[in-house]
Amino acid sequence: MTEKIIMAGFGGQGVMSMGQLLTYAGMIENKQVSWLPSYGPEMRGGTANCAVIVSDSPVGSPIITGDATAAIVMNLPSLVKFEQNLIPKGNLIINSSLIEEQPKRDDVTAYFIPANEIANEIGNSKVANIVMLGAYLELTKVVSVDSVIEALKKVFGPDKQHLVPLNKEALERGAAAVK
Amino acid sequence: MAKVLMKGNEAIAAAAIKAGCKHFFGYPITPQNELPEFMSRELPKIGGAFVQAESEVAAINMIYGAAGTGARVMTSSSSPGMALKQEGISYCAGAELPCVIVNISRGGPGLGGIQPSQADYFMTTRGGGNGDYRHPVYAPATLQEAVDLTMEAFDVADYYRTPVIVMGDGMIGQMMEPVEFKETTRRDLPVKDWATTGTEGKRKPNIINSLALDPAELEKHNFKLDARYKEMEEKEVRHEMYKVEGAEVVMVAYGTTARIVKNAIDALEKEGIRAGLIRPITLWPFPMKAFKDIPETAKALLSVEMSTGQMIDDVKIANEGKLPVHFFGRTGGMIPAPEEIMDKVKEILGGGK
Repeated sequence: MTEKIIMAGFGGQGVMSMGQLLTYAGMIENKQVSWLPSYGPEMRGGTANCAVIVSDSPVGSPIITGDATAAIVMNLPSLVKFEQNLIPKGNLIINSSLIEEQPKRDDVTAYFIPANEIANEIGNSKVANIVMLGAYLELTKVVSVDSVIEALKKVFGPDKQHLVPLNKEALERGAAAVK
Repeated sequence: MAKVLMKGNEAIAAAAIKAGCKHFFGYPITPQNELPEFMSRELPKIGGAFVQAESEVAAINMIYGAAGTGARVMTSSSSPGMALKQEGISYCAGAELPCVIVNISRGGPGLGGIQPSQADYFMTTRGGGNGDYRHPVYAPATLQEAVDLTMEAFDVADYYRTPVIVMGDGMIGQMMEPVEFKETTRRDLPVKDWATTGTEGKRKPNIINSLALDPAELEKHNFKLDARYKEMEEKEVRHEMYKVEGAEVVMVAYGTTARIVKNAIDALEKEGIRAGLIRPITLWPFPMKAFKDIPETAKALLSVEMSTGQMIDDVKIANEGKLPVHFFGRTGGMIPAPEEIMDKVKEILGGGK
């Protein structure tokens, strides 16, 4: 098993932390993992993306070029830029709250998740990224939801444990959206 | 100790502290800023000092001063900043001052860009500063290796009384991987009886200096340093061989590029094409002897770099004219894709099978 996931959106949508959570969860499960951010002279609201690899065998290059098994796109520029990186039958998870357009590729499996609406329904617009992650996990089962929760607890630190239930709900709602 | 998920820059900084680094002097530059940031947060907690200098030149000269007291010290920068440090590195080499210097390199020349690059090979292995000196250069390809080699670098620096460079690129600095801080078996290190720690009126003052106006004296000093460099060439060379047995094309690549080359080798294998990799872990001393182990199946060497071709010079020296030496590189912050490298291998073999 090797999952190569591109996560992309605009700055502030939590694509970097979504990637780190998945990477952390993979590490907890003793899988081989890497996380590679885009870095550049970006401004607030500019584009952000990261590449996450979770595998049973050692990770070679942490760069994902034309071999992404999944892309999680939070806004339109990300869809336009990254759908081409997917392998045929790859999972394309689209934030339909902000993306009205259809993907150009017809050889990938697209899922439309109204992540912002779902996040608002459960009371915090900031967890749209976690909703998307929940959908991805349901589709691939690359790590367990429990491991992501475990990772969340470590990343949040002792002061923010009260945010764990909200994030758990976001993961569940994301999963329900692709069931 | 359990594994932790860290950014490369932070992992190198944490490894340095674990190795006993107490003082850090630096000046900000992308893509290595998380390293000084980590040091600024953590060093005060252990009674060390973090100083943000007014320039890279100031930082390397603070290294000269602090290393002279016998403390374990580090500075870090990225390519244009490293260019500024070269004078100070030469002075540290001349004055036999142990220190560890990290270069998280980026595209050049000049200010260049901020994306990953390996175009500092010449500057780093050929002596960017003046004079007859060398220093070990470690080129980790994974964050675990970056941690292990950084810790090792402090021992090597103390053992040989030399500056040691740890060179990654922007990708090594910015990516996250799980790392473990292992307890290493330490070398037997000489007492730093040369350090300027105060005589307390009991001994002659130690003098740390790189000026020697008497040519006979300076030559003697140069020969002493050279004997150490020869010992390093004998004892400190490190490399990895990957699927070299039976390979038709043997690639040579280090750091980030070596990881991409491994992907290309695995993909070529699935197409029935045998390729292998010699991965220098020390860029100086260069693993010349590894080239003696290239099997007779090899038809050509291919140096793959994120530059227009710098390490290829060492590959040619090591090859001793035996095999044709080819080159593939991307530069300016562009990262080669496995497919491009595979195409080059097929081209070398005459358009594939």
